[in-house]
Amino acid sequence: MSKKSIKPRSISRRRLLATVGAALAASPLGANLLHAQQAPIKIGMSMPQTGGLAGGGKASLLGIEIWRDDVNAKGGLLGGRKVELVVYDDKSSASETPAIYSKLIDIDKVDLLFAPYATVPTAPIMPMVKQRGLLLIGNFSFQVNSKVGHDMWFNNAPWGPADSWATSYLDIGQKAGGRSMALLSADQEFAQNLAKTAREVATKRNLPIVFDQAYPPNTVEFSSIIRALKATKPDIVYVASYPPDSTGILRAVNEIGIGESVKVFGGGMVGLQFGAVMENMGSLLNGVVNFNTWLPEKSMYFEGTKEFFDKYTKRAVEAKVDPLGYYLAPFGYASGQLTERAISAVESLDQRALAKYLRENTHKTIVGPIAFSADGERKETAVLQAQFRGVVDKNIEQFRSAGKQVILFPDNLKSGELVAPFEAART
Amino acid sequence: MKRDGIAFWTGAVVFLAAVLVMTQVVGNQYPFFAGYVILQSIALAVAWSILGGYAGYVNFGTSAFYGVGVYASVFLVSAFGAPLPVQILTGAAIGAVMGLALGLLTLRMQGIFFSIATIALTIVIETTVTNWRYVGGAAGIQIQRPAVTPPFDSYVQMLFFVQAVLVVLAVAISRYIHNSWIGRGLQALRDDELAAECTGVPTLRLKLLACVISGALMCAVGAPAAMYLQYADPGSAFNLNYSVTTLAMSLIGGTAHWAGPIIGAILLGTTQQVLTVTISSEVNLLVLGLMLVLFVVGAPEGIVGLIYKLRGNQKEGEI
Amino acid sequence: MFSLDLLLDAVVIGVLLGCFYGAVSLGLSVSFGLLDVPHVAHPAFLVLASYAVYFLNENYAVDPLVAGLLITPIFLLLGLAVYRLYYETFEKRGSDASVRGIAFFFGIAFIIEVVIILQFGVDQRSVTATYIGKAWRLGDIRIPYRLLVAFAVATALTMLLTLYLSRTFMGRAIRAVAQDQEALRLMGANPIKVKQWAFGIATAVLGIAGALLIIVAPVDPTLDRAYIGRTFCIVVMAGLGSLGGTLVAAIILGVAESIVLTLFGASWAPAISFAMLLGILAVRPQGLFGRRS
Repeated sequence: MSKKSIKPRSISRRRLLATVGAALAASPLGANLLHAQQAPIKIGMSMPQTGGLAGGGKASLLGIEIWRDDVNAKGGLLGGRKVELVVYDDKSSASETPAIYSKLIDIDKVDLLFAPYATVPTAPIMPMVKQRGLLLIGNFSFQVNSKVGHDMWFNNAPWGPADSWATSYLDIGQKAGGRSMALLSADQEFAQNLAKTAREVATKRNLPIVFDQAYPPNTVEFSSIIRALKATKPDIVYVASYPPDSTGILRAVNEIGIGESVKVFGGGMVGLQFGAVMENMGSLLNGVVNFNTWLPEKSMYFEGTKEFFDKYTKRAVEAKVDPLGYYLAPFGYASGQLTERAISAVESLDQRALAKYLRENTHKTIVGPIAFSADGERKETAVLQAQFRGVVDKNIEQFRSAGKQVILFPDNLKSGELVAPFEAART
Repeated sequence: MKRDGIAFWTGAVVFLAAVLVMTQVVGNQYPFFAGYVILQSIALAVAWSILGGYAGYVNFGTSAFYGVGVYASVFLVSAFGAPLPVQILTGAAIGAVMGLALGLLTLRMQGIFFSIATIALTIVIETTVTNWRYVGGAAGIQIQRPAVTPPFDSYVQMLFFVQAVLVVLAVAISRYIHNSWIGRGLQALRDDELAAECTGVPTLRLKLLACVISGALMCAVGAPAAMYLQYADPGSAFNLNYSVTTLAMSLIGGTAHWAGPIIGAILLGTTQQVLTVTISSEVNLLVLGLMLVLFVVGAPEGIVGLIYKLRGNQKEGEI
Repeated sequence: MFSLDLLLDAVVIGVLLGCFYGAVSLGLSVSFGLLDVPHVAHPAFLVLASYAVYFLNENYAVDPLVAGLLITPIFLLLGLAVYRLYYETFEKRGSDASVRGIAFFFGIAFIIEVVIILQFGVDQRSVTATYIGKAWRLGDIRIPYRLLVAFAVATALTMLLTLYLSRTFMGRAIRAVAQDQEALRLMGANPIKVKQWAFGIATAVLGIAGALLIIVAPVDPTLDRAYIGRTFCIVVMAGLGSLGGTLVAAIILGVAESIVLTLFGASWAPAISFAMLLGILAVRPQGLFGRRS
């Protein structure tokens, strides 16, 4: 008897779910009709909120949401139209985004598109937006437009030309007397792109590569691989790694040692930009020279930057995202500012006109002035190379003050000089 | 039996005709994008059940077959610019060979050992593809679609139709197996392999056949995905999710009848698509988890089992 | 690249790493190896334990290993409850439970993953302890203390469990139930109670294993997926139910991984380990130290 009573309930629950789902799916359209007079400006995007990229995705989204609230508090755009975000979770996967962006374009009829955080989810939608002739503001993907050649793509990330990353790091290393390079990279998408450019730049400069290994995802222990790297006695160690591995690598370096020969260590370690990781690593970070996008150094404050971080710091606690949020959040806000500037200047939502304006002008944002080259990447790289100094254990607040990460590159943002060799910089 | 067959094929033709009409009439692209994903789930679940359901050999390597299908296409497109039918046929051929290898594994292993061997196989293949620089390696690869073939207006509409054809093909094969001596043989070896062999069921031949067919279909389903995404990276193509959701769809639908995986895939696939664009957060994963637990606990024979039971009860009531 | 020094180093690190793998697989060796429960949620419970240890370490500055011990009673209860549910749903209903059992535990694993995300967010977490971040120097070789801790705990756990299974009444009953359930029933013991207790023990061990997991490397909510393959690989390679064998198989895996990482193309490491498993399964399906053919 009891079995029988369960069955109909489970069926009705399913039916209920489907009905609710259908109702929810239809609601944006309904809302559209109701507010035809002062319809909001809808910006659509997917964002990784689960899976491997979720940490970055959530912080980035908070940055964009703060911009939305700011712009709406000022009364919206185009004479009082509020900004509304339509956001879906792409689970950090490439296979989800085509359907999501089709929904955004064809069903939700959004006015503008932002790309999801990172390369993998962005890559499949590039041909689609190109074919439809739509503007797309990129979000930290790497060289995703180089093969597609979409002329309405603008990446908010400070990458600049593809090889600038390796160039700046190797410059620092060679100036410090480096004559050979060891390359340790994660066998995953972003890290492999970095490793490729590093190899090319090194070859161009006749810099011998004495060690070149790609370690697989989910590697647990790095002691033995660091030992092998150490045995080649390199001067410059270029590491392109992902968050869990970055921690493992630095721990192993601290335990095993890396040798007196190493002048600089780091370069492309993802993860050392995130508050939780930095707090956990503490003094292990000292001496590492690594890329970054924004840091609380004097040279990095532009109009609105301080106000942004005041708001972010408050809201991050509630949203359970990175308490510092230097890496992605201000650039999410800047994506909003780019659109805001373009819409105000063009006074319409015409995609072509907006793209033309974005391409031809330099835009003031909270992360500094942004100008685009023909491929939609930054004209000049603004990727920082910074060295960790005087970091102590278990203290996240220390990273809010200047001097903990001294900017070595680019020259116009520089806030100090390199301390080399690596071992000398670690105390 | 014969009347059943006529009904089935009429249904299949009507379905394909409806899909074709839909691609010609509906201008909105979203139904095709979302529909493609659901059709893909159906085809995978049906193909999986041929081995996993009828024969009871639980294959955890769905993502391996799917991913190999994707990368077969990537290779063919980058090397020869091969057209879609060639990609699918090659994918099927490679899948058949992989299936044969898998079938040989069943010689030595049963039950959970077989499942673990398929996990190991997946990791070995994924690592190999990750290290294969020609198809992009770990960094992934972007590929360009060729021009669309008439009568379709957009490539996604064409892929939608192609996937629908694959679904019909998979279902037809699965149904044929279910209704023929092959299905009965597989069922016998699923219930008790030793007993089946003693009574003269050619277990080895049947297992190999099921593996080859299931593998070929799963690879063929993966092949058009390269064109759907226009991008491939090992992490996405060999995602564990394909293995788990395929298993979940088959079980939720029920494996006792060929229609079970279809029902399960439509239900779970649609739910996931709807959730992606509604709740859209970690709750999505929670729903999959809860559905799995609830169905496995509450309806161990899946929806098909529920239907059988309801019918059975009614009959009892009538009598 | 090749040198004897490096090889020696790789082997030493590999053995220690293997012990760590052994420790995280021990519970599975009991629950899957002895009881035949297809426990794919084992790594999810492991990660859950890591987060519990993280919580105690972060808020009350409890040493991770002590925290691991503190949570074992809770995990024991959790294990007892999960087995009860599993038994009521599957074993009671008879054969052919394995497919649905797998699906059931996958569902549990997903639910645990989401619970962790909702409670702790998606960022990776790690713990602090005096033995993390320092190394023991032995001539030219330096060995991280965290691996030595893993080594010590793994061997101690294996010995304790082996002793428990061979010396105590309950332990013998567990081994008996794995071999012949009916015989046990004839002896007047309730096989279900015995199995439930065994599953509880297997889950309790995860408390300490979870502490090791977060001591050795940081954890994130989706880490369990990486360990499904590894732990099952080890238990199957060892041969079901052999605890000592589990440790040996884990060490073989650890050494193989470490050598490939150090001396050959690092990116091939996973392929090597799992190809090895395939090879062993093909030649000796009962595993290296299997209890049955």
